[in-house]
Amino acid sequence: MIDVDLVSHAVACAARAGADAADALQVVSHGVEARVRGDEVEHVKQAREHTLGLRVFVRGPRGLRTALVSTSDLARDAVAKLADEAVAIARATAEDPDAGLPSGGFAPDLPELALLDPADREAPLEARIAAARAAERAARAVDPRIVNSEGSTASSRFDAVAYATSAGFSGGYEGAHHTLFASPVASADGAMQTDWWMSASRTLAGLEAAEAVGRRAAERAVAQLGARRVPTQPVPVIFEAPAARSVLANLVSCLSGSAVYRRASFLAGRLGERVAGDAVTVVDDGRVPGGLGSRPFDGEGQATRRTVLVERGRLASFLLDTYAARKLGLATTGNAVRGAASAPAVGPTNCWLAPGRDSLEDLVRSTERGLLVTGLFGQGMNPVTGDFSRGARGVWIERGERTHPVEEVTVAGNLGDLLRDVDRVASDLLWLGSLGAPSFRVGRLTVAGA
Amino acid sequence: MLASVVCQQRHVLIAASDGTFVADVQPLVRLNVQVIVEGAGGRREVARQGGGGRSELARVLAPGFWQPLVDEAVRLALLNLEAVPCPAGTLDVVLGPGWPGVLLHEAVGHGLEGDFVRKGTSAFAGRLGQRVAAPGVTVVDDGTLPGRRGSLNVDDEGTPTQRTVLIEDGILTGYLQDRLNARLMGTAPTGNGRRESYAHLPMPRMTNTFMLAGRDDPGEIVRSVAHGLYAVNFSGGQVDITNGKFVFAASEAYRIEDGRITAPVRGATLIGNGPDVLTRVSRIGFDLALDRGEGTCGKDGQGVPVGVGLPTLRIDGLTVGGTER
Repeated sequence: MIDVDLVSHAVACAARAGADAADALQVVSHGVEARVRGDEVEHVKQAREHTLGLRVFVRGPRGLRTALVSTSDLARDAVAKLADEAVAIARATAEDPDAGLPSGGFAPDLPELALLDPADREAPLEARIAAARAAERAARAVDPRIVNSEGSTASSRFDAVAYATSAGFSGGYEGAHHTLFASPVASADGAMQTDWWMSASRTLAGLEAAEAVGRRAAERAVAQLGARRVPTQPVPVIFEAPAARSVLANLVSCLSGSAVYRRASFLAGRLGERVAGDAVTVVDDGRVPGGLGSRPFDGEGQATRRTVLVERGRLASFLLDTYAARKLGLATTGNAVRGAASAPAVGPTNCWLAPGRDSLEDLVRSTERGLLVTGLFGQGMNPVTGDFSRGARGVWIERGERTHPVEEVTVAGNLGDLLRDVDRVASDLLWLGSLGAPSFRVGRLTVAGA
Repeated sequence: MLASVVCQQRHVLIAASDGTFVADVQPLVRLNVQVIVEGAGGRREVARQGGGGRSELARVLAPGFWQPLVDEAVRLALLNLEAVPCPAGTLDVVLGPGWPGVLLHEAVGHGLEGDFVRKGTSAFAGRLGQRVAAPGVTVVDDGTLPGRRGSLNVDDEGTPTQRTVLIEDGILTGYLQDRLNARLMGTAPTGNGRRESYAHLPMPRMTNTFMLAGRDDPGEIVRSVAHGLYAVNFSGGQVDITNGKFVFAASEAYRIEDGRITAPVRGATLIGNGPDVLTRVSRIGFDLALDRGEGTCGKDGQGVPVGVGLPTLRIDGLTVGGTER
């Protein structure tokens, strides 16, 4: 059961210490992680953590002064002392006319979002070790060229969140996060290749079978053997779902209201405009049952909801918390993300690119010549201009057929142009954590290589 | 614009069953500025600068420290407003001194970490004593430099830090070790066992990784390139340890045409192969510089502060990921 007693106490202490407004967040986490490599257990890690974060506001002539403090000492008198310190720090900070807590919009009910299966708390660690071991075995069974691995990791984490604000809301929720990750190494002709696959779920039963995770990771690594560069050229590029998700993550950072109000996003000032092809619809929904990004309320107690960000190519909304919304003269979308020791920031909940009707094979077959990108790496993305240039690996396509694996190339362009040039979106929506994307094709991007 | 200061004071006590008992105080300060500028036609650009180290807060609060960072960020942002699209393809690349040392960190440093080497998943595994770089290339990892962001008196297992020669005159001479991997490989720890916090496991990690100075004049190195790229600032990189492919993104780069630095270019990314890239080094400047103290390295979900350094360097035939032919 969630106990809001301590967070309520913290908020009351802040008021007594002289704060005009305050909110408090308590997070209690319990996590285990086991890594198996080959048949050997590499490590087992357990961590139990509890943190209380207190944010206080003190009124000044031109707005509120703010401070955020956090502690792992949850004794009630220690929390009272922390509140005194927080108010003292706040008095030393600059006023901000846009700072402050939301006064309404709090979650009126806390829906059941299937964020955990209580039975999973009793799951023995040995079972998670066995899952990692099964993924390792399955990976090695795929092909004799799977000779090594970085190990397979199984992890489980249970979080309990309690929140209270002086504006009159308090509540809490619990959730779990289970993952299984495999990363085998394939080797041939003196060259090594690795790739990964993972499954993540709110319940152990929701995880993909360990054998399937190991197998898919191994198949991807083997498929990359013999990769080579291709000549520099502009071609159609298909982003396979895992790479498409990485492009979506770049887009999400540009849809963040905090980037927008600072004019640090190329999408700033373009609400309502056409920014992408008709095939592009992007949705954020904090209340998907069992979603890795689901939560009944956000980091400011606001009810989470469904927000269409891009609707058939038109920019419909940004992701907003209270501060970004005030800066932009808009209303929060319930996208404040907050850890106990950090101030709220804008972030997605469950965010996905809506799938289309084609299969990935349809996209490949209809591509005369181009690159199927199976993985992206590097941080070559500038949200202010939308320019990106990222390292890529994948498979070369000639006359609608996969020909050979490709590595050591970059794909570069502008995210705005890329979105407009999306001509087909596949049906293979893949969730990796709280972001989901299907494969999609872009009419033309520059591939740089030999 | 956005400015932030992070000031941290860590008191560390390490005890181990082998009798290790070490205490250390580890201050760390860092100042960051981000500038966004808007030019004609509403075009916007961004630039970031940062710096700091293991010192008291007063150092970064002194105008003499932050003013040059602010000036540099403004200069870079305005410069990027004028930048033209970056060429794509294989070019000769000149890296400027200092922060471009992130190339070493990504291209070779990670692949020399003892865990990847022991497991045989690094492209550098089993290559001790072999040539992995051009003659004249010497790369060291040194955790003992006073006040540097990546420096430590002792690593997080209590092993004193040291200067480890990784590559000497082009020959691979050493790996970076924590206690576990050193023991399993039958070698000595090098003071590179680091962990983000007590809740994380120690792993072999870099401290300050840099290439020693050579003899070439930096201006002469640029003049030696007929058609290429001069890259002086980077925003970060990543490496695939196993196949050795690394990528890093330039935040300040120029075309080199007939030995002269010409137009600034935007969106330049360099991609290459770690075990191969340093064999393509053809000139090494005498101007070794360390970075300003802004780097954080991520590995297996753990971030630790690191430093890098480089003299002006010419690398022949590196793939540049731009958009123009």
